Amino acid sequence: MAKSLRIIPEKCTGCMQCELACSWVQTGMFQPSRSLIRVNIFDEQASYAPYTCFQCDEAWCMTACPVNAISIDADTGAKVVGDANCVGCGLCTIACPFGTVFYNPDTQKAFKCDLCDGNPACAVACPTGAIEYTESESADWLGGWAEKVNESYLQSIEGGNAA
Amino acid sequence: MAHGWAGHILRVDLTRGKATKEPLRLDWAEEFIGGRGLAARYLYEEMDPSADALGPENKLILATGPLTGTNASCGARYMVVTKGPLTGAITTSNSGGHWGPELKFAGYDMVVVEGRADRPCYLLVDDDRVEIRDAAGVWGKVVSETEDAIRDETGMPELRVAGIGPAGENLVRFACIVNDKHRAAGRSGVGAVMGSKNLKAIAARGSQGVRIARPRDYMAAIWAYHEHLAESPGRQGLTELGTAPTVDLVNTYGGLPTRNFTAGQFEGTEAINGDSIKENWLIANKACFACNIACGRVTQVSPNADKYMVNMHPRNWKVAGEGPEYENLWSLGADCGVDDMDAIVMANYLCNDLGMDPISMGATLATAMEMYERGLLSDEQTGMALRFGDGKALVAMTEATGFREGFGDELAEGSKRMTEKFEHPEYFMGVKGQEFPAYDPRGFQGMGVAYATCNRGACHLRAWTPGIETSGEYDPHGTDGKSVWVAEEQNRTTAHDATGICMFTTTGAPLDDLIPVLSAATGVDYTMDDFVHIGERIWNIERLWNLKAGLTAADDTLPKRLMEEAHKEGPSAGVTVDLDAMLPDYYAARGWTADGRPTTEKLAELGLA
Repeated sequence: MAKSLRIIPEKCTGCMQCELACSWVQTGMFQPSRSLIRVNIFDEQASYAPYTCFQCDEAWCMTACPVNAISIDADTGAKVVGDANCVGCGLCTIACPFGTVFYNPDTQKAFKCDLCDGNPACAVACPTGAIEYTESESADWLGGWAEKVNESYLQSIEGGNAA
Repeated sequence: MAHGWAGHILRVDLTRGKATKEPLRLDWAEEFIGGRGLAARYLYEEMDPSADALGPENKLILATGPLTGTNASCGARYMVVTKGPLTGAITTSNSGGHWGPELKFAGYDMVVVEGRADRPCYLLVDDDRVEIRDAAGVWGKVVSETEDAIRDETGMPELRVAGIGPAGENLVRFACIVNDKHRAAGRSGVGAVMGSKNLKAIAARGSQGVRIARPRDYMAAIWAYHEHLAESPGRQGLTELGTAPTVDLVNTYGGLPTRNFTAGQFEGTEAINGDSIKENWLIANKACFACNIACGRVTQVSPNADKYMVNMHPRNWKVAGEGPEYENLWSLGADCGVDDMDAIVMANYLCNDLGMDPISMGATLATAMEMYERGLLSDEQTGMALRFGDGKALVAMTEATGFREGFGDELAEGSKRMTEKFEHPEYFMGVKGQEFPAYDPRGFQGMGVAYATCNRGACHLRAWTPGIETSGEYDPHGTDGKSVWVAEEQNRTTAHDATGICMFTTTGAPLDDLIPVLSAATGVDYTMDDFVHIGERIWNIERLWNLKAGLTAADDTLPKRLMEEAHKEGPSAGVTVDLDAMLPDYYAARGWTADGRPTTEKLAELGLA
C-alpha cells in the first residue's frame, strides 16, 4: 500500500506553515510564491483548504510531456520532473487538472511536488494535523472526487445548458 | 546581501506622486532590529515631532521586522509608526494577518509615506513595480469591500491589502488601518493619519523570498521554539478560547473596568466570556500568517441581531466576521454596561468594517453614557438616549461615529476632546489623550504605572502586569517592585515588537528561545542582554521624540478617579492607585531625571547621545 498526502480542510487554520516549509525545501528561503502547496482561503465561509499534487494514478502531466521528463519514483510513487530532460515547454502545467504543476521562470523548468522523498515537509510543519502523509488504498483519492464533479458538470451541459 | 531583513525600504512622497526604492540602513537595523524600533529611528531622524499629526508633514511608516515572513510563529506582524492624532505622541500600532509578510516578499522592510495626495489614491506594490493609483473607485467603501474592489480593479486576486474604511477617511481620531479585512493596527488613530494623506490603501503582492543567514542553526532554534510554544498551557488556552477567558480572570480580581470605571466588576460577564463565545458565536479558529496558535475567532451574528441593524446605512453585511476579542468584549460590553452579545458582536463588526478601534470607540461612548446619565449631556446634544446597557445606542453610535454623523461627530474626536468640549474633562479615562484598555489599575496596581508611562498613551501591551500580579509573587494592590518590573518588561516587549513576532507567543515560548532564532535569521549575534538593551534604546528614542513633540512628565499621569476614588465593592474595594509612590521609582529605574528626562549618561550608554 502506498502512502499519500491527505488533507483535512476542517483542521486548517490558514496559517501557511505548509507553504513556508515547502518553499524552504524548494529554494532555501521563505518564499511562498515558490511553494508547491497552496492554501486557498474562503474567508466568508471561514474555510481554508491546502491543496497540492495528489500524485494521480492516471497522471496527465506525464501523458502530456513530449520528452518523457516526468517519471514515477519507485519508492514513493511520486511523479517527479527530471530537470535534465525537461525542456520547459509548460505542457504539463496546462495538462494538470488541479493546477499543481508550476513553471519556474528562474530555472525555466517545470516543478511539482515530489513528496520530499517520502517525508513531506508540509505535513511535518502543519501545526494542526490538517495535512497527513498516510497509507491509503490509492494515492488517487482526489481523482475519484474529480471524476464525480466532472460527470455532474458534463451532465449539466447535456441537460440543456449547452450554448 | 541582507538576511532576515529584505534590505530595502519603499519611500512614497504623495505630494509629488513619487515612489522610490532605497537601501535599508543596515547599521540602524542591527541597532534597532526592525518594526517598531527601526521605524522609530527613521521617524526620529526625518521628522519634526511638533508637526500636526493630521498634516502633510507627518510621516506614516509601516514596518516589518526581520522575522516577518519567516516560519517563526507568529511572524506575521508589521508596526505602524507615526505621530498619533489622539496623543500628539509617537504611536506604534501593530497588526498581524498576511499583509506584513507580503510587503516583505515584495522586497521591502518598510514603507515610508510622506506628504499628502491632492486626491484620493491607493498604492499598488508588485515587487519592483510601484504605482500610485486613483482611488475614485474605492473611496467611501467599507474595509471589506475596499479589499475586494482593489483585487477586482487590478485583476490581482493574490493582493494583500492594508487600508482604511470610512472612519479613516473621515479622520475619526481612533481610526485603524485594517489588513486582510479583519486584522487591524487598531489603536492610536493611525487610520486617520492615512486618511489625512488621502491614501486609501496599500495593496501588495510579492514573489521574492526571505533569506536566512544560518539555515542550519535557524531550523534547530525554530524547532525548540515551536515545540515549547506547542506544549505550553498558555498557548493551548489561546487556541481553544482566544483571549476572551481574560474576562473572567480580570473580573475575579475586581479589575474589569465597568461603566466608565465606576465599578471594578461587571455582573454580565457570563454572557460575554470565552465559553459564551465558543458555545454561541464561534464558527472557526483562524490563524494569521505562520501562526501556530490561531487565536482568531471567526464568528457569526445570530438572527436576533436583526433588531440592532442600523437603518440609516443599510449595507451588504458579511454574515461571518472576526472577533470580538477580550478588549472589545470589555469596551463594547462591560465598559458600556452592555451584556447582550448580539449588540457587542454587531458593534465589533461595524468597527472592523468602518475601520476604527473598538477600544476607543467603546471607551469614548462609555464616557458619554456616564455624562448623559449624570445629566451633563442632553438628548438634544446626543440625539438619542445614551444609557448604560443600551445595545441599540451602542450599535447606532458606533455607526454614527464612523461617518461623523450627529453626536457621532463628537465621539469621533475621542474621549479627551469630547469631554473637554462639554467641559467635564474629569470623566476622560485614559492617558495622554488615549483611552484606557480593559484593566482597572485599582485591581492591578502595576497597570497604573504601566499606563502612565507608556509612550503611546494608555496601552496594555507594553507591560502587562496582571500576569505577575496574580501569580502570588506580588500583591496586586501594592506598589512594591512594580515600577522596576514595568520598566524592564517595557524593554523586553519593545524589543519583541521590533522582531515582527506576535506578542502572544510569549504566553508559551520563553524569550530565550526567540533570541537564537533572531540571531540565526539575521546573522547578527544577539544575546539576551543585547536584546533588552535594544528594547531600552527604542523606548528612550520614543521618549526623546515625545519630549521634542512637547510632552512632559506632567503627561505621565492618570485620571483623578483612579488615584482618589476607590471602588466600594468587590475584591478591589478601597484601593486607589498610588502613582506618586511608583513614578519616581520608575524614573529612577529608567535612569531618568526626576522630571522624566533621559540623562546624558543614559543616552550615551544607549548610543543615542
